[in-house]
Amino acid sequence: MIAEKPIARILPVGEAAISVEFGSRIAPEINAMVYALEGAIAALHMDGVGETIPSYRSLLVHFDPFLCDPHCLTGQVESLLARLDVLPASPGRLVEIPTVYGGRAGPDMAFVARHNHLSEEDVIAIHSQPEYPVYMMGFTPGFPYLGGMDPRIAAPRLPNPREQVTAGSVGIAGSQTGIYSLNSPGGWRLIGKTGVQLFDPTREVPFLLSPGDRVRFVPIPAEAA
Amino acid sequence: MSIKVVDPGFLCTVQDLGRNGYQRFGMPISGAMDSYALAAANILVGNDANTAALEFHAVGPIFETLADCLVAVTGYGVRLWIDDREFPAWMSIFVRRGRLVHIEKTDAGAWGYAAFAGGIAVPAVMGSASTYLRAAVGGWYGRTLQAGDELPLGMPAAPSLIAAAGREFPPQKRPAYSASPTLRVIPGPQDDLFTPAGLQAFLTHDYVLTGQSDRMGYRLEGAGIEHRGDADLISDGIVTGSVQVPASGQPIIMMADHQTTGGYPKIATVIRADLPLLAQCRVGAALRFCAVSAQTALIVYQALMKDLLAKNWSQHETFIDNMRA
Repeated sequence: MIAEKPIARILPVGEAAISVEFGSRIAPEINAMVYALEGAIAALHMDGVGETIPSYRSLLVHFDPFLCDPHCLTGQVESLLARLDVLPASPGRLVEIPTVYGGRAGPDMAFVARHNHLSEEDVIAIHSQPEYPVYMMGFTPGFPYLGGMDPRIAAPRLPNPREQVTAGSVGIAGSQTGIYSLNSPGGWRLIGKTGVQLFDPTREVPFLLSPGDRVRFVPIPAEAA
Repeated sequence: MSIKVVDPGFLCTVQDLGRNGYQRFGMPISGAMDSYALAAANILVGNDANTAALEFHAVGPIFETLADCLVAVTGYGVRLWIDDREFPAWMSIFVRRGRLVHIEKTDAGAWGYAAFAGGIAVPAVMGSASTYLRAAVGGWYGRTLQAGDELPLGMPAAPSLIAAAGREFPPQKRPAYSASPTLRVIPGPQDDLFTPAGLQAFLTHDYVLTGQSDRMGYRLEGAGIEHRGDADLISDGIVTGSVQVPASGQPIIMMADHQTTGGYPKIATVIRADLPLLAQCRVGAALRFCAVSAQTALIVYQALMKDLLAKNWSQHETFIDNMRA
């Protein structure tokens, strides 16, 4: 799987964090290394190591420099990096997102279909087929950056973003797909909507998804929503 | 035990030292913009440094005490009036029930804080009382305070509020607030994505704080900072104090409500000891940056925090009540 192992760089981020960067491209095997390293660092239970923020190709590691010597942390990370290809990679959970496609739930569905010379049924079939990896989370609380969308349903962003997109809206921007986790302004082409809440601060587990999970959209009829 | 908001001033929210541990899910830290001032206010009234207190911007709040309480007001450019009589800021003051407490925010500095013995009793959301307005999370119903809000206070740790009054952090023990500070930065993590001229510009020119600044980020304007190549990067994690430089070449510094990830190259990171100085800058402030080592950053931070954590306050007898003894 790990054919071209990128050279990892350990970079200072102020005096209380480091960033471990794996190359400069978006690819599943690189993202898997980020999660393998995150898991391995957590398993060490090092004093003074705080929260970690995984992203497409880097891992940000917070630490308390009064409890954890940065050289010691860097040394530990280097030794983990040397054995990274044998570290266990978690496949993540598979989370199904029941989605109403098109109609009022997806006001840009017709555009996306026309733009790609497909029928709406084709767009639904293509969009709901893959298991999308959650490469990272950000933008708003609970928002997943999903990888692996089929380029046959790619569509440009709206020239003028909507002032309000409701939480649960499923959209396409370029060759990316995602789900709005909050009501917010947004420029993605909306093709559907889900009733599941990606973020609910009153739930015991506020976030539906975790970085490293996989997501599959399951088409449901509008009346089932 | 509670206080009643008579006039909320501007952008008055409940904050503590922030919501840590959920950034990997995209949840910003939030918390006080000037975390030193919030921590100091809490420590003066006998609270843990990380206790829910009030933060306000540009215009201070007016509230009425519905019970006896111990308050400390801190920040840069704050004055405290109780029933039209002035009392010192950065000092714990015992206030009797039924008084009108008016906090004035002067033209100096951006943020002020008011902490009460026992803290503002709001439920913790994901481990923190901090308000994150964009998602209406935490604090007082996730929003800014409004006139008429009655905020309950927690149980004070000190057995006697009167005995805990009159503690002060004198000016020499506070951050060196200034209208136009020089901020120390640690270069990186992506300083190699800028040309030598770009780095040189960043470290030698003045950058002016613009009006497009908020709790998420401070946008600066000054000499353009030149990238070596593309200014769009694959998004990665960012920290408070990260100096991002988009294609415009004009830097944006990430503040308390910053998004957890960002896709612009980060030329440098403001050291933690200087974050309060940065937070307290007002629109139009001319900032300068100077590069230091991580070692220096630690020494400076330790020196700043020493008096605070050791509770090295001065005790004043004259302010044991809200009337001079």
